[in-house]
Amino acid sequence: MARTHITTVINGDEVDFLTEDSTSLLNALRDEVGLTGAKEGCGTGDCGSCSILLDERVTCSCLVFAPEANGANILTVEGLTDAGELHPLQQCFLEGAALQCGICTPGFLIAAKALLDKNPDPTETEIRYALAGNLCRCTGYDKIVRAVQEAALQMREQ
Amino acid sequence: MALTEENPGYKWVGTRPIRPDGLDKVTGKAQFGADLTLPGMLFGKVVRSPHAHARILSIDTSAAESMLGVKAVITGSDFPDLAANGAHASDIDVANNAIARDKVLYEGHVVAAVAATTRELAEAAAKAVEVSYEILPHVLTVDEAMADNAPLLHENMITKGVDPAPDQPSNVASRIVHERGDLEQGFGEADVVIEREFTTKPVHQGYIEPHAAVADANNDGRANIWCSSQGHFAMRAYTATVLGVSQGTLKVTAAEIGGGFGGKTVIYLEPLAVRLSQRSGRPVKLVMDRDEVFRATGPTSGTRIKVKMGISNGGELTAAEVWMAFEAGAYAGSPVGAAGMTVIAAYDIPHFLVEGYDVVCNKPRVAAYRAPGAPMAAFAVESVLDELARSIDMDPIEVRLANAAVEGTQASYGPKFPRIGFVETLEAIKEHPNYTAELGPNQGRGVAAGFWFNAGMNSSATVHVNENGTATVVTGSPDIGGSRQSMALMAAEELGIPYESIKPVVADTETVGFNDVTGGSRVTLATGAAVVDACRLVIEDLRARAAKTWDVEIDQVEWVDGQAQHVDGSQPPLSLNALAAKSGRTGGPISANASLNARGVGAGFSTQLCDVEVDPETGVTRVVRYLTAQDAGRAISPDYVEGQMQGGVVQGIGWGLNEEYIHDENGAMENPSFLDYRMPVASDLPMIECSIVEVPNPAHPYGVRGVGEVGIVPPMAALANAIKDATGVRLTDLPMTPIKVLEALNEQSD
Repeated sequence: MARTHITTVINGDEVDFLTEDSTSLLNALRDEVGLTGAKEGCGTGDCGSCSILLDERVTCSCLVFAPEANGANILTVEGLTDAGELHPLQQCFLEGAALQCGICTPGFLIAAKALLDKNPDPTETEIRYALAGNLCRCTGYDKIVRAVQEAALQMREQ
Repeated sequence: MALTEENPGYKWVGTRPIRPDGLDKVTGKAQFGADLTLPGMLFGKVVRSPHAHARILSIDTSAAESMLGVKAVITGSDFPDLAANGAHASDIDVANNAIARDKVLYEGHVVAAVAATTRELAEAAAKAVEVSYEILPHVLTVDEAMADNAPLLHENMITKGVDPAPDQPSNVASRIVHERGDLEQGFGEADVVIEREFTTKPVHQGYIEPHAAVADANNDGRANIWCSSQGHFAMRAYTATVLGVSQGTLKVTAAEIGGGFGGKTVIYLEPLAVRLSQRSGRPVKLVMDRDEVFRATGPTSGTRIKVKMGISNGGELTAAEVWMAFEAGAYAGSPVGAAGMTVIAAYDIPHFLVEGYDVVCNKPRVAAYRAPGAPMAAFAVESVLDELARSIDMDPIEVRLANAAVEGTQASYGPKFPRIGFVETLEAIKEHPNYTAELGPNQGRGVAAGFWFNAGMNSSATVHVNENGTATVVTGSPDIGGSRQSMALMAAEELGIPYESIKPVVADTETVGFNDVTGGSRVTLATGAAVVDACRLVIEDLRARAAKTWDVEIDQVEWVDGQAQHVDGSQPPLSLNALAAKSGRTGGPISANASLNARGVGAGFSTQLCDVEVDPETGVTRVVRYLTAQDAGRAISPDYVEGQMQGGVVQGIGWGLNEEYIHDENGAMENPSFLDYRMPVASDLPMIECSIVEVPNPAHPYGVRGVGEVGIVPPMAALANAIKDATGVRLTDLPMTPIKVLEALNEQSD
């Protein structure tokens, strides 16, 4: 079966890969590019564990066919650190114990970044609604919401 | 300041540093079950039954096998017939649940599996496997399964625990009974007797990571397995049983685990992956879809529970009668036993009879789910207790305080309680401002409590002192919620070196001694005790080496703040660093192992306070405030104790308000997705306020009690009691969906 050649920018680097037309962007990222930070929790866009930024929009990468990403700019959790420096969200998740098993964490970090990029001073309710597409079964969300509040505060003060 | 129970003077225990595995998990580096790729690896896919109950007439794999790129196809006949080999009944059930032989017993039951060079090919090959079935009548609930002339799942199932044994098979696997005193006398002494009947639906653990396993078999009969599990030693044992091989031929490595809550203490994919790898000669990865997770793993039981309780006008419980039937799914083994032991264990009731039935039906085999059995039982008893308190106009905390089990109370399931902290959790709620906070229109407040035993079981740990005076702490307990942090905190406290100098590791089945599963809230208690023991052996060795260096007796050497000190100060102290650097000259590397079967587990209690607002137009219940008080014994890692408390509460809120398995008339699950099986999301919830109560467990070096499970026991009753308070209606059927609330409100106004 002929495979399609896709050209993208992923986490700031030009990345080419080959894919079948029916392959999800999530599986292409994980199997072809080797970035396993985005996770498949459901494959139907209901859990948010596979969240990435696709041209700056939060996207469930399990719902996008890999060829649709041709020419796109993609950010995954692996691209959140800047030259080894943690993003304030990553630091606040660590300090605030905002993860238990950690499987949902990459998706939450991406969704929270997208929120703070647009709205640097969200209310608790705005945070809860912005993260409502991401399922976490371990934490009850309390510490995640607090970590996003703390990161927003730190980023505003920077 | 004097050191007391409240102020034990710990340097590390009870602090909130960053968890050792945290960095990997916020940067996407952590390797979970599905993240491993091996050279030449194949993708597997499982073929599942579309029928709830059917006899397998034939399986034709020829079309699948002939597809280009398909490397192996297996069915039940590729595994040993344990029944024919005279194996233990529970092992036969494990094997038959992993892959069906003669009959399928639920929709989603495995009948075959394939391995191919790509995911797409594996899926196509799975579809090409042709299975011919004779459909049999099915039973889905305890009512259907216990009915006269019900279709039988297992033609040889004779109910255990009934004397004399029945002479006919049935779907009832066993009966359990706990009784004390004289029921008639007890109810006679009551001023008020209330009887209610409750039903709950199966609910899934809902871990976000689907089951995943990679197997790489060698042609010498050995195989490596990497999997997401709560216990890789248990996976080794189960997989060996199903494959009919010696445990020693299998090496199992625990990947990072993306949630389990009890649901990853059993095997599903591992033996299939090994067999596919053996047949193909290539590594094989098997990962479930979410749909498969719902249809074929977990859940916990649907139940029917009847509770009758009596109380005096003074608030003393006089008698309790409980009847419970629990769905086990396809094979015996519902948590009705634990439900029977826990159902009234929080209270001192002189006369009681508790009777429970373990009932098989054509649904997936239930798996452990956080305090298995206790939440449904508590939903029933704590709801009736709320009614009793209302009937005598007594405060819900006061009625619980008046009957609470305390040290010395003989638990309903047998033993006398050692020191426990139930009363302290009740008082923590009573003293919290939420207890008297003003309620708005359509709002109500509910209280409920819960009990869970917690487990001890077997653990091993090894502590290595590295050449630079840091230490590696090796255990075999998969870290599901931050236990590496609690191991490191206890080791730092013992050794007297910084937390950051400890590297906690979860090792594979060949690198550390045996560990039972991460379950029963046991890891910080039992594996923690093994770590403490190993650290103390290391310290004894360090003292001996210092004594040798100073040419004094070992009793002249104390270990203080990470250094050996001479009792009279006559020698300059020797730090762990210094001793480690010279270890070659004082007897070689410094390292110790400890293994134990933990005794003296500390029982856990939780009391919770829930405020809800019920919309009278839509029937929607919104949680507006939530407070949970739990006895942790000693919170080694308060961040992750709170995490367990909050997570348990929110799972309970989902169970109480939204979550349920829905089956169609053919026995097929209708809602096997996160869209239709709706777990709570961030916008459904308020902050979950935590009050950690610390009544130390006298049997643990730091006073630890398990904290993982009891938090899920009270929420359903707390919600039901709050809905009653807000609306005046008593809901007895979970989940308490808007439709059910509206129906009850309409009935009330009629």
